[in-house]
Amino acid sequence: MSKRVAIIGIGTTGFRATTPDVSYRELTYEAAMKAYLEARIEPKDVDSFVATSEDFFEGYSIADEYSPDQLGAVLKPIYTIPGDFIHSLASAYMMILSGIGPISVVQGLSKASNMLTLSEMVTFAMDPIYNRPLKESPHAVAGLEMARFMYETGATREQCARVVVKNKRNALNNPYAGHGVLIDTDYVLNSEVISYPLTQMDISPHSDGAVVVVLAEEETAKALCDQPIWIRGIGWCSDTPGLETRNWGEAIYAQMAGEMAYKMAGIRYPRKEIHFAEINDEFSYKELQHLEALRICKKGEAGPLTEIGGTEINGEFPVNPSGGNLGVGNLYELNGGLKVLEVVRQLRGEAGKNQLKNMTTGLAQSWRGVPTTTGTVVILSN
Amino acid sequence: MEITEKMVAKTATKLSADEIQKGKVLSVKWTPKLKYAWDNGPAIGRYLAELKNGKIIAKKCDKCHRIMIPPRMFCELCWVPTGEWIYVQDTGIVNTWVVSYVDWKATRLDIEGGVRPLTPAVIEIDGASKGMGILHHLNDVDPWKIYRGMKVKAVWKPPEERTGAITDIKYFKPIK
Ligand SMILES: [Zn+2]
Repeated sequence: MSKRVAIIGIGTTGFRATTPDVSYRELTYEAAMKAYLEARIEPKDVDSFVATSEDFFEGYSIADEYSPDQLGAVLKPIYTIPGDFIHSLASAYMMILSGIGPISVVQGLSKASNMLTLSEMVTFAMDPIYNRPLKESPHAVAGLEMARFMYETGATREQCARVVVKNKRNALNNPYAGHGVLIDTDYVLNSEVISYPLTQMDISPHSDGAVVVVLAEEETAKALCDQPIWIRGIGWCSDTPGLETRNWGEAIYAQMAGEMAYKMAGIRYPRKEIHFAEINDEFSYKELQHLEALRICKKGEAGPLTEIGGTEINGEFPVNPSGGNLGVGNLYELNGGLKVLEVVRQLRGEAGKNQLKNMTTGLAQSWRGVPTTTGTVVILSN
Repeated sequence: MEITEKMVAKTATKLSADEIQKGKVLSVKWTPKLKYAWDNGPAIGRYLAELKNGKIIAKKCDKCHRIMIPPRMFCELCWVPTGEWIYVQDTGIVNTWVVSYVDWKATRLDIEGGVRPLTPAVIEIDGASKGMGILHHLNDVDPWKIYRGMKVKAVWKPPEERTGAITDIKYFKPIK
Protein backbone atom coordinates (compact mmCIF):
# COMPACT_ATOMS: atom_id res chain seq x y z
CA MET A 1 0.00 0.00 0.00
CA SER A 2 1.56 3.25 -1.12
CA LYS A 3 -0.42 5.67 0.99
CA ARG A 4 -1.97 5.32 4.42
CA VAL A 5 -5.36 6.68 5.47
CA ALA A 6 -6.37 7.55 9.03
CA ILE A 7 -9.45 8.49 11.01
CA ILE A 8 -8.66 12.00 12.27
CA GLY A 9 -12.02 12.89 13.76
CA ILE A 10 -15.16 11.12 14.90
CA GLY A 11 -18.38 12.60 16.23
CA THR A 12 -21.54 11.06 17.61
CA THR A 13 -24.79 12.00 19.28
CA GLY A 14 -24.72 8.86 21.37
CA PHE A 15 -27.52 6.35 21.02
CA ARG A 16 -30.97 6.36 22.60
CA ALA A 17 -34.15 4.36 22.10
CA THR A 18 -35.96 7.50 20.94
CA THR A 19 -34.92 11.01 19.92
CA PRO A 20 -38.20 12.93 19.76
CA ASP A 21 -36.47 16.29 20.29
CA VAL A 22 -34.57 16.32 16.99
CA SER A 23 -35.02 15.40 13.34
CA TYR A 24 -32.47 13.45 11.31
CA ARG A 25 -31.05 16.83 10.28
CA GLU A 26 -30.08 17.98 13.78
CA LEU A 27 -28.87 14.48 14.67
CA THR A 28 -26.37 14.40 11.81
CA TYR A 29 -25.43 18.06 12.30
CA GLU A 30 -24.40 17.41 15.91
CA ALA A 31 -22.26 14.39 14.99
CA ALA A 32 -20.69 16.22 12.04
CA MET A 33 -19.92 19.33 14.07
CA LYS A 34 -18.12 17.24 16.70
CA ALA A 35 -16.18 15.28 14.08
CA TYR A 36 -15.04 18.40 12.22
CA LEU A 37 -14.04 20.12 15.46
CA GLU A 38 -11.92 17.14 16.45
CA ALA A 39 -10.30 16.99 13.01
CA ARG A 40 -9.74 20.78 13.06
CA ILE A 41 -11.45 21.18 9.70
CA GLU A 42 -14.46 22.95 8.27
CA PRO A 43 -16.77 21.47 5.64
CA LYS A 44 -15.05 23.58 2.98
CA ASP A 45 -11.86 21.59 3.59
CA VAL A 46 -13.55 18.29 2.72
CA ASP A 47 -12.90 16.85 -0.75
CA SER A 48 -15.62 14.19 -0.78
CA PHE A 49 -18.53 13.04 1.36
CA VAL A 50 -20.17 9.62 1.62
CA ALA A 51 -23.54 9.30 3.33
CA THR A 52 -25.27 6.05 4.30
CA SER A 53 -29.01 5.44 4.05
CA GLU A 54 -31.66 3.02 2.90
CA ASP A 55 -34.86 4.51 1.50
CA PHE A 56 -37.32 2.23 3.29
CA PHE A 57 -35.67 2.98 6.63
CA GLU A 58 -35.85 6.73 6.05
CA GLY A 59 -39.33 6.66 4.56
CA TYR A 60 -38.36 8.72 1.52
CA SER A 61 -37.55 7.45 -1.92
CA ILE A 62 -34.20 8.75 -3.12
CA ALA A 63 -33.47 9.65 0.53
CA ASP A 64 -29.84 10.37 -0.39
CA GLU A 65 -30.93 13.73 -1.81
CA TYR A 66 -31.57 14.85 1.77
CA SER A 67 -28.02 14.26 2.99
CA PRO A 68 -25.95 17.33 1.97
CA ASP A 69 -27.30 20.13 4.22
CA GLN A 70 -26.53 18.71 7.66
CA LEU A 71 -23.01 17.65 6.60
CA GLY A 72 -22.05 21.02 5.16
CA ALA A 73 -21.89 19.23 1.81
CA VAL A 74 -24.09 21.52 -0.28
CA LEU A 75 -22.56 21.88 -3.76
CA LYS A 76 -19.78 19.45 -2.86
CA PRO A 77 -19.00 15.96 -4.19
CA ILE A 78 -21.32 13.64 -2.22
CA TYR A 79 -23.12 10.36 -2.79
CA THR A 80 -24.93 7.82 -0.65
CA ILE A 81 -24.28 4.14 -0.10
CA PRO A 82 -27.39 2.07 0.61
CA GLY A 83 -25.38 -0.35 2.72
CA ASP A 84 -23.56 -0.56 6.01
CA PHE A 85 -21.58 2.35 7.45
CA ILE A 86 -18.34 0.41 6.83
CA HIS A 87 -19.24 0.14 3.13
CA SER A 88 -19.29 3.94 3.12
CA LEU A 89 -16.01 4.02 5.02
CA ALA A 90 -14.47 1.80 2.33
CA SER A 91 -15.79 4.10 -0.38
CA ALA A 92 -14.32 7.18 1.29
CA TYR A 93 -11.02 5.34 1.80
CA MET A 94 -10.92 4.54 -1.91
CA MET A 95 -11.69 8.13 -2.85
CA ILE A 96 -8.66 9.33 -0.91
CA LEU A 97 -6.40 6.68 -2.43
CA SER A 98 -7.69 7.40 -5.93
CA GLY A 99 -6.61 11.02 -5.63
CA ILE A 100 -10.02 12.74 -5.38
CA GLY A 101 -8.54 14.68 -2.48
CA PRO A 102 -6.87 14.16 0.90
CA ILE A 103 -9.95 14.54 3.15
CA SER A 104 -13.16 12.53 3.03
CA VAL A 105 -16.16 12.39 5.37
CA VAL A 106 -18.45 9.45 6.15
CA GLN A 107 -21.93 9.80 7.67
CA GLY A 108 -24.36 7.29 9.12
CA LEU A 109 -27.70 7.75 10.86
CA SER A 110 -30.40 5.75 12.57
CA LYS A 111 -33.91 7.00 13.20
CA ALA A 112 -35.18 3.50 13.88
CA SER A 113 -37.71 4.85 16.39
CA ASN A 114 -39.49 6.57 13.49
CA MET A 115 -40.15 3.28 11.72
CA LEU A 116 -43.51 2.17 13.08
CA THR A 117 -43.80 -1.01 11.01
CA LEU A 118 -40.26 -2.36 11.23
CA SER A 119 -41.27 -5.99 10.92
CA GLU A 120 -43.23 -5.34 7.71
CA MET A 121 -40.31 -3.36 6.28
CA VAL A 122 -37.97 -6.29 6.81
CA THR A 123 -40.51 -8.77 5.44
CA PHE A 124 -40.69 -6.54 2.37
CA ALA A 125 -37.01 -7.37 1.77
CA MET A 126 -37.86 -11.03 1.10
CA ASP A 127 -38.48 -12.49 -2.34
CA PRO A 128 -42.01 -11.48 -3.41
CA ILE A 129 -42.76 -14.61 -5.44
CA TYR A 130 -41.63 -17.53 -3.33
CA ASN A 131 -40.86 -16.24 0.21
CA ARG A 132 -43.16 -13.37 1.04
CA PRO A 133 -46.46 -15.23 0.40
CA LEU A 134 -45.51 -17.53 3.31
CA LYS A 135 -45.60 -14.50 5.67
CA GLU A 136 -42.80 -15.65 7.97
CA SER A 137 -41.61 -13.28 10.69
CA PRO A 138 -38.14 -11.78 10.18
CA HIS A 139 -37.29 -13.12 13.63
CA ALA A 140 -38.11 -16.62 12.37
CA VAL A 141 -35.30 -16.16 9.84
CA ALA A 142 -32.92 -15.37 12.69
CA GLY A 143 -34.27 -18.31 14.66
CA LEU A 144 -33.64 -20.67 11.75
CA GLU A 145 -30.05 -19.49 11.57
CA MET A 146 -29.55 -19.72 15.34
CA ALA A 147 -30.86 -23.30 15.38
CA ARG A 148 -28.56 -24.41 12.55
CA PHE A 149 -25.56 -22.61 14.08
CA MET A 150 -26.14 -24.29 17.44
CA TYR A 151 -26.51 -27.70 15.76
CA GLU A 152 -23.29 -27.33 13.76
CA THR A 153 -21.09 -25.91 16.50
CA GLY A 154 -22.57 -27.27 19.70
CA ALA A 155 -23.16 -23.74 20.98
CA THR A 156 -25.82 -23.64 23.70
CA ARG A 157 -28.60 -21.24 24.60
CA GLU A 158 -26.74 -20.62 27.86
CA GLN A 159 -23.65 -19.50 25.96
CA CYS A 160 -25.77 -17.18 23.80
CA ALA A 161 -27.34 -15.84 27.02
CA ARG A 162 -23.84 -15.12 28.37
CA VAL A 163 -23.27 -12.84 25.35
CA VAL A 164 -26.40 -10.89 26.28
CA VAL A 165 -25.43 -10.61 29.96
CA LYS A 166 -21.87 -9.47 29.11
CA ASN A 167 -22.83 -6.92 26.48
CA LYS A 168 -25.66 -5.37 28.44
CA ARG A 169 -23.32 -5.08 31.44
CA ASN A 170 -20.58 -3.45 29.34
CA ALA A 171 -23.15 -0.94 28.08
CA LEU A 172 -23.72 0.32 31.63
CA ASN A 173 -20.27 1.91 31.55
CA ASN A 174 -20.63 3.34 28.04
CA PRO A 175 -22.11 6.84 28.21
CA TYR A 176 -23.28 6.50 24.58
CA ALA A 177 -25.27 3.30 25.20
CA GLY A 178 -28.99 3.24 25.85
CA HIS A 179 -29.77 -0.39 26.69
CA GLY A 180 -27.37 -1.31 29.51
CA VAL A 181 -28.74 -3.44 32.33
CA LEU A 182 -27.48 -5.92 34.91
CA ILE A 183 -29.16 -9.30 34.37
CA ASP A 184 -28.21 -12.97 34.69
CA THR A 185 -28.40 -15.80 32.18
CA ASP A 186 -31.62 -17.13 33.70
CA TYR A 187 -33.30 -13.83 32.93
CA VAL A 188 -32.33 -14.22 29.27
CA LEU A 189 -33.23 -17.92 29.08
CA ASN A 190 -36.64 -17.29 30.64
CA SER A 191 -37.50 -14.24 28.57
CA GLU A 192 -40.41 -14.47 26.14
CA VAL A 193 -39.93 -16.97 23.32
CA ILE A 194 -39.94 -15.27 19.93
CA SER A 195 -38.81 -17.95 17.46
CA TYR A 196 -37.30 -20.71 19.57
CA PRO A 197 -34.38 -20.96 20.27
CA LEU A 198 -34.48 -17.16 19.90
CA THR A 199 -36.00 -15.31 22.87
CA GLN A 200 -36.81 -11.64 23.40
CA MET A 201 -33.53 -10.92 25.22
CA ASP A 202 -31.46 -12.48 22.40
CA ILE A 203 -32.63 -9.68 20.11
CA SER A 204 -30.99 -6.24 20.16
CA PRO A 205 -33.50 -3.42 20.73
CA HIS A 206 -33.34 -0.55 18.25
CA SER A 207 -31.68 2.83 18.85
CA ASP A 208 -31.40 6.24 17.21
CA GLY A 209 -28.21 8.21 16.68
CA ALA A 210 -25.61 9.47 14.23
CA VAL A 211 -21.90 8.98 13.63
CA VAL A 212 -19.66 11.07 11.39
CA VAL A 213 -16.03 10.19 10.64
CA VAL A 214 -13.32 12.32 9.03
CA LEU A 215 -10.68 10.41 7.04
CA ALA A 216 -7.41 11.85 5.80
CA GLU A 217 -4.42 10.73 3.79
CA GLU A 218 -1.19 10.25 5.79
CA GLU A 219 0.48 13.63 5.38
CA THR A 220 -2.72 15.57 6.10
CA ALA A 221 -3.55 13.25 8.99
CA LYS A 222 -0.21 13.85 10.67
CA ALA A 223 -0.48 17.60 10.18
CA LEU A 224 -3.98 17.84 11.65
CA CYS A 225 -4.15 15.11 14.24
CA ASP A 226 -2.09 14.04 17.26
CA GLN A 227 -3.72 10.64 17.49
CA PRO A 228 -4.55 9.36 14.01
CA ILE A 229 -6.19 5.92 13.94
CA TRP A 230 -4.98 4.10 10.85
CA ILE A 231 -7.08 1.96 8.55
CA ARG A 232 -4.97 -1.16 8.17
CA GLY A 233 -7.40 -3.26 6.22
CA ILE A 234 -11.00 -3.15 5.05
CA GLY A 235 -13.26 -5.74 3.48
CA TRP A 236 -16.84 -6.46 2.51
CA CYS A 237 -18.70 -9.39 1.06
CA SER A 238 -22.19 -10.65 0.19
CA ASP A 239 -23.31 -14.28 0.05
CA THR A 240 -26.13 -15.51 -2.21
CA PRO A 241 -29.35 -14.05 -0.76
CA GLY A 242 -31.58 -17.11 -1.14
CA LEU A 243 -33.21 -18.28 2.08
CA GLU A 244 -33.20 -21.75 0.53
CA THR A 245 -29.59 -21.99 -0.51
CA ARG A 246 -27.54 -19.83 1.85
CA ASN A 247 -25.18 -21.33 4.39
CA TRP A 248 -27.28 -21.22 7.57
CA GLY A 249 -24.63 -22.44 9.96
CA GLU A 250 -21.65 -20.30 9.07
CA ALA A 251 -21.39 -16.58 8.31
CA ILE A 252 -19.37 -16.97 5.11
CA TYR A 253 -19.95 -13.30 4.23
CA ALA A 254 -18.14 -12.29 7.45
CA GLN A 255 -15.37 -14.79 6.83
CA MET A 256 -14.69 -13.49 3.31
CA ALA A 257 -14.93 -9.83 4.38
CA GLY A 258 -12.50 -10.62 7.19
CA GLU A 259 -10.03 -12.40 4.91
CA MET A 260 -10.11 -9.43 2.53
CA ALA A 261 -9.28 -7.07 5.39
CA TYR A 262 -6.63 -9.42 6.87
CA LYS A 263 -4.87 -9.69 3.52
CA MET A 264 -4.72 -5.92 3.17
CA ALA A 265 -3.48 -5.53 6.75
CA GLY A 266 -0.96 -8.37 6.41
CA ILE A 267 -2.60 -10.26 9.27
CA ARG A 268 -2.16 -14.04 9.35
CA TYR A 269 -3.17 -14.92 12.90
CA PRO A 270 -6.09 -12.67 13.81
CA ARG A 271 -6.42 -13.97 17.37
CA LYS A 272 -2.84 -12.88 18.11
CA GLU A 273 -2.38 -9.87 15.87
CA ILE A 274 -5.74 -8.26 16.75
CA HIS A 275 -6.31 -7.41 20.40
CA PHE A 276 -10.05 -6.84 20.68
CA ALA A 277 -13.11 -6.68 18.46
CA GLU A 278 -16.43 -4.96 18.07
CA ILE A 279 -18.59 -7.65 16.49
CA ASN A 280 -22.12 -7.51 15.13
CA ASP A 281 -24.36 -8.97 17.84
CA GLU A 282 -27.74 -7.94 16.51
CA PHE A 283 -28.81 -11.33 17.85
CA SER A 284 -26.87 -13.00 20.68
CA TYR A 285 -25.72 -16.00 18.60
CA LYS A 286 -24.36 -13.69 15.88
CA GLU A 287 -21.47 -12.63 18.13
CA LEU A 288 -20.40 -16.27 18.46
CA GLN A 289 -20.99 -17.06 14.78
CA HIS A 290 -19.10 -13.97 13.61
CA LEU A 291 -16.14 -14.63 15.96
CA GLU A 292 -15.74 -18.06 14.37
CA ALA A 293 -16.16 -16.73 10.82
CA LEU A 294 -13.42 -14.18 11.48
CA ARG A 295 -11.00 -16.91 12.70
CA ILE A 296 -10.80 -15.24 16.11
CA CYS A 297 -12.22 -18.51 17.41
CA LYS A 298 -12.17 -21.97 15.90
CA LYS A 299 -15.51 -23.48 14.93
CA GLY A 300 -17.31 -24.41 18.13
CA GLU A 301 -14.93 -22.46 20.33
CA ALA A 302 -16.70 -19.09 20.64
CA GLY A 303 -19.40 -20.42 22.98
CA PRO A 304 -17.01 -22.07 25.48
CA LEU A 305 -14.67 -19.04 25.35
CA THR A 306 -17.60 -16.79 26.21
CA GLU A 307 -18.70 -19.13 29.00
CA ILE A 308 -15.34 -18.90 30.78
CA GLY A 309 -15.31 -15.09 30.46
CA GLY A 310 -12.70 -14.98 27.69
CA THR A 311 -14.56 -12.24 25.82
CA GLU A 312 -15.13 -10.00 28.85
CA ILE A 313 -13.34 -6.66 29.13
CA ASN A 314 -10.70 -8.27 31.35
CA GLY A 315 -10.73 -11.50 29.30
CA GLU A 316 -8.21 -12.98 26.94
CA PHE A 317 -9.89 -11.46 23.85
CA PRO A 318 -12.38 -8.69 24.71
CA VAL A 319 -15.44 -8.58 22.44
CA ASN A 320 -17.90 -5.70 22.33
CA PRO A 321 -16.55 -3.60 25.20
CA SER A 322 -19.02 -0.93 24.01
CA GLY A 323 -21.95 -3.14 24.90
CA GLY A 324 -22.50 -4.09 21.28
CA ASN A 325 -25.83 -3.95 19.54
CA LEU A 326 -27.43 -5.79 22.46
CA GLY A 327 -26.35 -3.06 24.88
CA VAL A 328 -26.16 0.01 22.64
CA GLY A 329 -28.88 -0.89 20.18
CA ASN A 330 -29.61 -2.02 16.66
CA LEU A 331 -28.82 0.98 14.48
CA TYR A 332 -29.50 -0.68 11.11
CA GLU A 333 -27.29 0.89 8.43
CA LEU A 334 -25.36 2.70 11.17
CA ASN A 335 -24.37 -0.55 12.93
CA GLY A 336 -20.86 -0.44 11.45
CA GLY A 337 -20.53 3.14 12.71
CA LEU A 338 -21.11 2.05 16.29
CA LYS A 339 -18.37 -0.58 15.92
CA VAL A 340 -15.87 1.86 14.39
CA LEU A 341 -16.66 4.46 17.06
CA GLU A 342 -15.84 2.07 19.90
CA VAL A 343 -12.63 0.76 18.30
CA VAL A 344 -11.45 4.36 17.82
CA ARG A 345 -12.33 5.31 21.41
CA GLN A 346 -10.47 2.28 22.72
CA LEU A 347 -7.38 2.90 20.58
CA ARG A 348 -7.28 6.53 21.69
CA GLY A 349 -7.70 5.59 25.36
CA GLU A 350 -11.05 7.37 25.64
CA ALA A 351 -13.24 4.43 26.69
CA GLY A 352 -13.49 5.40 30.36
CA LYS A 353 -14.41 2.57 32.72
CA ASN A 354 -14.45 0.11 29.81
CA GLN A 355 -10.92 1.04 28.69
CA LEU A 356 -8.81 -1.93 27.59
CA LYS A 357 -5.08 -2.01 28.25
CA ASN A 358 -2.03 -2.98 26.22
CA MET A 359 -3.63 -3.06 22.81
CA THR A 360 -2.84 -1.42 19.51
CA THR A 361 -5.12 -3.11 16.99
CA GLY A 362 -8.89 -3.56 16.96
CA LEU A 363 -11.40 -5.01 14.54
CA ALA A 364 -14.85 -3.60 13.74
CA GLN A 365 -17.32 -5.88 12.00
CA SER A 366 -20.86 -5.35 10.83
CA TRP A 367 -23.73 -7.22 9.20
CA ARG A 368 -26.73 -5.74 7.39
CA GLY A 369 -29.22 -7.73 9.47
CA VAL A 370 -32.09 -10.05 8.55
CA PRO A 371 -32.61 -11.19 5.85
CA THR A 372 -29.22 -10.19 4.42
CA THR A 373 -25.98 -12.10 3.99
CA THR A 374 -23.77 -9.03 3.73
CA GLY A 375 -20.90 -8.22 6.04
CA THR A 376 -18.17 -5.63 6.45
CA VAL A 377 -14.89 -5.53 8.38
CA VAL A 378 -12.33 -2.83 9.13
CA ILE A 379 -9.08 -3.21 11.06
CA LEU A 380 -7.78 -0.15 12.88
CA SER A 381 -4.49 0.56 14.65
CA ASN A 382 -3.16 3.49 16.64
CA MET B 1 -28.97 -14.66 -31.79
CA GLU B 2 -28.73 -12.68 -28.60
CA ILE B 3 -28.76 -14.68 -25.37
CA THR B 4 -32.14 -13.22 -24.39
CA GLU B 5 -33.69 -14.28 -27.70
CA LYS B 6 -32.44 -17.82 -27.24
CA MET B 7 -34.01 -18.00 -23.81
CA VAL B 8 -37.29 -16.62 -25.05
CA ALA B 9 -37.38 -18.97 -28.01
CA LYS B 10 -36.75 -22.13 -26.01
CA THR B 11 -38.43 -21.57 -22.68
CA ALA B 12 -40.97 -18.79 -22.77
CA THR B 13 -44.74 -19.05 -23.08
CA LYS B 14 -46.26 -16.05 -24.75
CA LEU B 15 -49.05 -14.41 -22.77
CA SER B 16 -51.77 -12.08 -23.93
CA ALA B 17 -52.89 -9.06 -21.92
CA ASP B 18 -56.26 -10.80 -21.60
CA GLU B 19 -54.73 -13.83 -19.88
CA ILE B 20 -52.99 -11.60 -17.36
CA GLN B 21 -56.08 -9.49 -16.70
CA LYS B 22 -58.26 -12.56 -16.18
CA GLY B 23 -55.84 -13.90 -13.56
CA LYS B 24 -54.91 -17.00 -15.59
CA VAL B 25 -51.26 -16.55 -14.58
CA LEU B 26 -49.71 -16.31 -11.15
CA SER B 27 -49.98 -12.85 -9.79
CA VAL B 28 -48.71 -11.77 -6.39
CA LYS B 29 -50.30 -8.84 -4.61
CA TRP B 30 -48.60 -7.25 -1.61
CA THR B 31 -49.55 -4.01 0.04
CA PRO B 32 -46.55 -3.00 2.11
CA LYS B 33 -47.35 -1.46 5.48
CA LEU B 34 -44.79 1.29 5.71
CA LYS B 35 -45.60 3.65 8.55
CA TYR B 36 -43.30 6.33 9.88
CA ALA B 37 -43.55 8.88 12.66
CA TRP B 38 -40.95 11.43 11.63
CA ASP B 39 -39.61 13.62 14.43
CA ASN B 40 -39.80 17.16 13.07
CA GLY B 41 -37.19 18.64 15.36
CA PRO B 42 -37.31 22.19 16.75
CA ALA B 43 -37.20 24.05 13.42
CA ILE B 44 -39.88 22.31 11.36
CA GLY B 45 -41.81 21.65 14.58
CA ARG B 46 -42.19 25.35 15.28
CA TYR B 47 -42.81 26.16 11.60
CA LEU B 48 -45.85 23.86 11.66
CA ALA B 49 -47.03 25.07 15.08
CA GLU B 50 -46.96 28.65 13.78
CA LEU B 51 -48.90 27.69 10.65
CA LYS B 52 -51.62 26.49 13.02
CA ASN B 53 -51.59 30.02 14.48
CA GLY B 54 -51.97 31.42 10.97
CA LYS B 55 -48.39 32.71 10.90
CA ILE B 56 -45.26 31.96 8.92
CA ILE B 57 -42.01 31.91 10.89
CA ALA B 58 -38.45 32.04 9.61
CA LYS B 59 -35.03 31.72 11.22
CA LYS B 60 -32.09 34.01 10.59
CA CYS B 61 -28.45 33.14 9.95
CA ASP B 62 -26.24 35.66 11.75
CA LYS B 63 -23.37 35.02 9.35
CA CYS B 64 -24.90 35.32 5.87
CA HIS B 65 -27.94 37.25 7.23
CA ARG B 66 -30.37 35.12 5.26
CA ILE B 67 -33.88 34.94 6.73
CA MET B 68 -34.81 31.39 5.91
CA ILE B 69 -38.04 29.47 5.43
CA PRO B 70 -38.61 26.70 6.10
CA PRO B 71 -36.65 27.53 9.27
CA ARG B 72 -33.63 25.40 10.15
CA MET B 73 -31.43 25.04 13.23
CA PHE B 74 -28.22 25.51 11.26
CA CYS B 75 -27.28 27.36 8.08
CA GLU B 76 -26.41 24.76 5.47
CA LEU B 77 -24.12 27.22 3.66
CA CYS B 78 -22.29 28.90 6.59
CA TRP B 79 -22.24 25.77 8.80
CA VAL B 80 -23.22 27.64 11.95
CA PRO B 81 -26.27 27.38 14.23
CA THR B 82 -28.97 29.86 13.19
CA GLY B 83 -30.03 32.81 15.33
CA GLU B 84 -33.36 34.47 16.02
CA TRP B 85 -36.84 33.44 14.95
CA ILE B 86 -38.51 36.04 12.74
CA TYR B 87 -42.15 36.21 11.65
CA VAL B 88 -42.49 36.88 7.95
CA GLN B 89 -45.53 37.95 5.92
CA ASP B 90 -48.13 35.65 4.43
CA THR B 91 -47.73 37.51 1.14
CA GLY B 92 -45.14 37.16 -1.58
CA ILE B 93 -44.45 37.04 -5.29
CA VAL B 94 -44.54 34.21 -7.81
CA ASN B 95 -41.04 32.94 -8.63
CA THR B 96 -42.10 30.17 -11.00
CA TRP B 97 -45.36 28.36 -11.75
CA VAL B 98 -46.88 25.83 -14.09
CA VAL B 99 -50.27 25.11 -15.63
CA SER B 100 -50.66 21.40 -15.08
CA TYR B 101 -53.12 19.12 -16.92
CA VAL B 102 -52.17 16.09 -14.83
CA ASP B 103 -52.44 15.47 -11.09
CA TRP B 104 -49.80 13.97 -8.78
CA LYS B 105 -50.70 10.44 -9.86
CA ALA B 106 -50.14 11.52 -13.49
CA THR B 107 -53.88 11.15 -14.13
CA ARG B 108 -55.17 13.52 -16.85
CA LEU B 109 -57.59 16.11 -15.57
CA ASP B 110 -60.82 16.57 -17.50
CA ILE B 111 -59.87 20.02 -18.72
CA GLU B 112 -62.35 19.94 -21.65
CA GLY B 113 -65.07 18.96 -19.21
CA GLY B 114 -64.44 22.16 -17.30
CA VAL B 115 -61.91 21.08 -14.66
CA ARG B 116 -59.49 23.88 -13.82
CA PRO B 117 -55.84 22.97 -14.50
CA LEU B 118 -53.65 22.83 -11.40
CA THR B 119 -51.26 25.72 -10.85
CA PRO B 120 -48.47 24.81 -8.45
CA ALA B 121 -46.10 27.69 -7.78
CA VAL B 122 -43.05 28.67 -5.78
CA ILE B 123 -43.80 31.84 -3.85
CA GLU B 124 -41.03 34.05 -2.51
CA ILE B 125 -42.33 35.16 0.85
CA ASP B 126 -42.21 38.85 1.84
CA GLY B 127 -39.79 39.33 4.72
CA ALA B 128 -37.74 36.23 3.91
CA SER B 129 -34.53 36.42 1.90
CA LYS B 130 -34.62 36.38 -1.87
CA GLY B 131 -35.17 32.87 -3.16
CA MET B 132 -36.70 31.70 0.13
CA GLY B 133 -40.28 30.63 -0.14
CA ILE B 134 -43.10 28.16 -0.10
CA LEU B 135 -44.19 25.62 -2.69
CA HIS B 136 -47.98 25.80 -2.82
CA HIS B 137 -51.03 26.07 -5.07
CA LEU B 138 -52.33 29.21 -6.73
CA ASN B 139 -56.07 29.65 -6.97
CA ASP B 140 -58.79 32.26 -7.48
CA VAL B 141 -56.94 33.24 -10.66
CA ASP B 142 -57.19 32.39 -14.36
CA PRO B 143 -54.32 29.90 -14.87
CA TRP B 144 -53.32 31.71 -18.06
CA LYS B 145 -53.14 35.10 -16.38
CA ILE B 146 -50.51 34.19 -13.80
CA TYR B 147 -47.20 35.97 -14.32
CA ARG B 148 -43.74 35.94 -12.81
CA GLY B 149 -43.56 38.48 -10.00
CA MET B 150 -47.32 38.45 -9.43
CA LYS B 151 -48.21 39.48 -5.87
CA VAL B 152 -50.08 36.82 -3.91
CA LYS B 153 -51.40 36.21 -0.39
CA ALA B 154 -52.13 33.07 1.62
CA VAL B 155 -55.73 31.95 1.99
CA TRP B 156 -55.87 30.19 5.37
CA LYS B 157 -58.20 27.51 6.59
CA PRO B 158 -60.42 28.65 9.47
CA PRO B 159 -58.48 28.31 12.79
CA GLU B 160 -60.60 25.38 14.01
CA GLU B 161 -59.73 23.37 10.90
CA ARG B 162 -55.96 23.91 11.10
CA THR B 163 -53.80 20.98 12.16
CA GLY B 164 -50.27 22.36 12.07
CA ALA B 165 -49.57 21.39 8.47
CA ILE B 166 -48.57 23.08 5.24
CA THR B 167 -52.18 22.53 4.14
CA ASP B 168 -53.34 24.98 6.87
CA ILE B 169 -52.78 27.40 4.00
CA LYS B 170 -55.40 26.39 1.43
CA TYR B 171 -53.68 28.21 -1.44
CA PHE B 172 -52.29 31.59 -2.46
CA LYS B 173 -54.37 34.09 -4.43
CA PRO B 174 -53.48 37.28 -6.27
CA ILE B 175 -53.60 40.66 -4.52
CA LYS B 176 -53.14 44.17 -5.81
ZN1 LIG C 1 -25.61 31.46 6.67
